[in-house]
Amino acid sequence: MSTAGLIANSIKTKLENALKTKHLEVINESYMHNVPQGAETHFKVVVVSDKFDGLALIKRHRLVNDILKEELQHGVHALSIVAKTPQQWEESDKVIESSPNCRGGFGK
Amino acid sequence: MNSIIRRSFYPLYNNTFKLTRRLLADATINEKIDKIVKENKVVVFMKGVPDAPRCGFSNAVVQIMRMHAVPYESHDVLADENLRQGIKDYSNWPTIPQVFINGEFVGGCDIMLQMHQSGELVEELKKVGIKSALLTAEESKKEENK
Repeated sequence: MSTAGLIANSIKTKLENALKTKHLEVINESYMHNVPQGAETHFKVVVVSDKFDGLALIKRHRLVNDILKEELQHGVHALSIVAKTPQQWEESDKVIESSPNCRGGFGK
Repeated sequence: MNSIIRRSFYPLYNNTFKLTRRLLADATINEKIDKIVKENKVVVFMKGVPDAPRCGFSNAVVQIMRMHAVPYESHDVLADENLRQGIKDYSNWPTIPQVFINGEFVGGCDIMLQMHQSGELVEELKKVGIKSALLTAEESKKEENK
């Protein structure tokens, strides 16, 4: 992860600490969008945690949004979330589809 | 003396005025959104318009709605900066698009996609009296196989 940016690292640390994640991927998808190279504006996170147990999807997303509140207020402008419990993750095919392509809504 | 008074009170007066104006604007946009989501069964706040979405996530939601043939009202947040921030505050959700069904915030692109895949969306639409086109298609298929 040495090439990961500052914001990607901060997202990773915050989610790890707050959710005691069993599996975590922080994917910078900014290159797919109309932003400068090396930008950290569009992310996808794959979060697997026991803390999601019994929580509806929207509550899981709210939890993640809340943990990353600061990042979302300062610079991060798209955050796609995959939130699963360890059991759901084991049962899934573990393939994460990439987010839809940008249509230039940003900066154009 | 007059100028001292002006100097010491004017900024206070001016700031209060600005703050009040901002709070009023917030209240107005909140009321406006409240009205929009309560008067329509399905509302999508998105970037661009359904025929020309200006963001991939918004486009995904439009495609899902199209598949289910859902009648909905859409609002372009790029056309109104007040709405763009207002909707985030209203639903306490940081990103666009946002989907409301029966006045309730349901989710953004990820959640809609998962609800579509799990069949939950068909159920939610049924609750508000909208029959998904996917359900209609499924039924006519069954009818043919009989």
